Amino acid sequence: MRTLHQFHGGVHPPTNKAQSTRTPIAVAPLPSKLVIPFHQHVGNIAKPLVQAGDRVLKGQMIGRPQDGLSSAVHASTSGTVVSIEMDVVAHASGLPDLCAIIVPDGKDEWVPLQGLDYRSASADEVRSALRMAGVVGLGGATFPSDLKLRSGKSKVKTLVLNGAECEPYITCDDMLMRERAAEIIRGAEIMRHVLGAEEVLIGIEDNKPEAIAAMQQAAATSTDHMEVIAVPTLYPGGGAKQLIRVLTGIEVAAGVRSTELGVQCFNVATALSTYRAIQLGEPLLSRIVTVTGNISDAQNFEVLIGTPVNELVALAGVLPDTRHYIMGGPMMGIPLPAATVSVVKATNCIIAASDKLFPPAPPAMPCIRCTRCADVCPAELQPQDLYWFAKAKEFGKAQDYHLFDCIECGACSYVCPSHIPLVQYYRFAKSEIWARENDKKAADIARERHDYRQYRIEREKQEKAEKLAAKEKAALAAKEAQTADGTPAADNAAQQKIQEALALAKQQAAAAKPQNTEQLTPQQQAEIADIEARRARIHEIAQSHVEHPKE
Amino acid sequence: MLSALLVMAAIAIALGAVLGFAAIKFRVEGNPLVDKIDAILPQTQCGQCGYPGCKPYATAIAAEEADINRCPPGGEEGIQKLADLLGKEFKPFGDDMAAPKAKSVAFIDENTCIGCTLCIQACPVDAIAGAAKQMHTIIASECTGCELCVAPCPVDCISMVVIEEKITTWKWKYPVYALSPVSAS
Repeated sequence: MRTLHQFHGGVHPPTNKAQSTRTPIAVAPLPSKLVIPFHQHVGNIAKPLVQAGDRVLKGQMIGRPQDGLSSAVHASTSGTVVSIEMDVVAHASGLPDLCAIIVPDGKDEWVPLQGLDYRSASADEVRSALRMAGVVGLGGATFPSDLKLRSGKSKVKTLVLNGAECEPYITCDDMLMRERAAEIIRGAEIMRHVLGAEEVLIGIEDNKPEAIAAMQQAAATSTDHMEVIAVPTLYPGGGAKQLIRVLTGIEVAAGVRSTELGVQCFNVATALSTYRAIQLGEPLLSRIVTVTGNISDAQNFEVLIGTPVNELVALAGVLPDTRHYIMGGPMMGIPLPAATVSVVKATNCIIAASDKLFPPAPPAMPCIRCTRCADVCPAELQPQDLYWFAKAKEFGKAQDYHLFDCIECGACSYVCPSHIPLVQYYRFAKSEIWARENDKKAADIARERHDYRQYRIEREKQEKAEKLAAKEKAALAAKEAQTADGTPAADNAAQQKIQEALALAKQQAAAAKPQNTEQLTPQQQAEIADIEARRARIHEIAQSHVEHPKE
Repeated sequence: MLSALLVMAAIAIALGAVLGFAAIKFRVEGNPLVDKIDAILPQTQCGQCGYPGCKPYATAIAAEEADINRCPPGGEEGIQKLADLLGKEFKPFGDDMAAPKAKSVAFIDENTCIGCTLCIQACPVDAIAGAAKQMHTIIASECTGCELCVAPCPVDCISMVVIEEKITTWKWKYPVYALSPVSAS
């Protein structure tokens, strides 16, 4: 039995998971339309490959990854692209982003699929296949998986599979592990092979006994060293750093990547997508989404990426007093700007929120310095200090207090007796700091360009002055030469040049033979002589005319 | 008594020599304060302060010839930073100064452009591409929004376009609470 470790803090919010685990995963029917954003991952937006009017097949790439950090986007079913337009997407800002609108034709016709034998392929081939299959982290962070399957400076020894799913309400990973454990294990084998890891640790919170049993059974079939470990249920035990800490005892320090310490962590659903992408050649087209909250039949659905949320929740019977929808869990999720936005790769859960289920937060009261937030902070920060600095917009101080180690888990806000929306302050401070850094970079570039321009103008001025000085000097020298030998030296040289050119021209004229002067008939020769005579006469007349005024 | 005075004098001379040597050896070129001020200024090079660029304005501030409230692109935050750096009081913008505007970039209407190169000569950061009798265009990523190219254009084909917030540049807002009315009873 493995000895487990502990991370600092943590909370026990009511899990509310039972509602959505009563029925197996249902496959959501084809929606009336698909709204597929081109930017569903961390990094650069994918470049659209299709136009309005194009017919696309299921699994066809519609967005190509651009530059290093990016991932591909695919059509989730066959149909017609009706437009490429800016549409509101599942993002906290509520701003529109570039989307492809596809109307399904109902045939669900696949593109030809080509699997890859990962054992004989190189690691780069596997990574490239994952990138082109659009596989990203499905735990919610949507970081392109191909970039995580790289050993850094040190070799990855341990691969951690994250099935903890600590956030309340969400059960998509739980149901996935119960029903598709074998495929997850096959995916883990591919990941382990590419990373060259020695062991695979699968961490699952102990409130999911069915998932643990299913995974244990599936892991036993693998030839790799795999271990399914039940970890204590404690929020946020599913955070990558927290799970690594619990399973291996390794503390991932600030600014350090876990790969540098020999550990890499993936979500279980990402492992399954990796298996499908590599072994079957199937790109990431669907994911499991928990539909719960103010819903009559809460359950998990396998949903095509791009399915509008309102069509999805209608399947589960959304109750009429629903006020809005939350994407993700109640702790870290974001309110959706509209019910018409579509399910994206990050959508693990949709919670229908009503006033009864999620009463509006009571007004925030002043901080009483109880430091309960510091007691529960899993990153061992001082949330109350960060709150003061963020509130006072002292961003430098906030950074000194390691604001960027905050994982925004919301444990601090959850326990705050004054109901202060602490995470909102941290998010505000983080995005302000990022914006300032970008402004600073832009200012530095502008300064450099301005300085260079000044330097260039100065240089041009100097060059001009030098040229002018040289010219004047030459003119002066010529004048001096003239006064010395009586004849203008420059004129002499010019005259000489003209004479030379004339001589050359004469020489060339003499060398050039008129064409077609041989083999002429006597008649032609007579004609030519006649013309020459006329020409000579005209020449004579012209000569006399020109010379006439002189006389 | 005399020997004590001599010893003290000798020490003073020796220390003075060390200090004098250090002053020459570790001489700081230029005014380091100018660079610190210049780092705070937004580098739009727009000249709204009355100086021909950010560096000249920074030099003037360092020489106490200019006020710290003459940079509209820097905003009130810029004034605050300058005040903190120089140990001065915060000063609101003068009435003669333009109000800070939303960040924008220049846009050339390429159908109207006659290729006169006047805007290229005006641009302080070389953010306009083009040549004589060739169409010009703004390199938007390099444009600081200084508006210096707008006035010289003989055909008025340059306009300023406000940079709209995109998903990638969106910022989380400062938390505000909605106050709900409570019935007075």
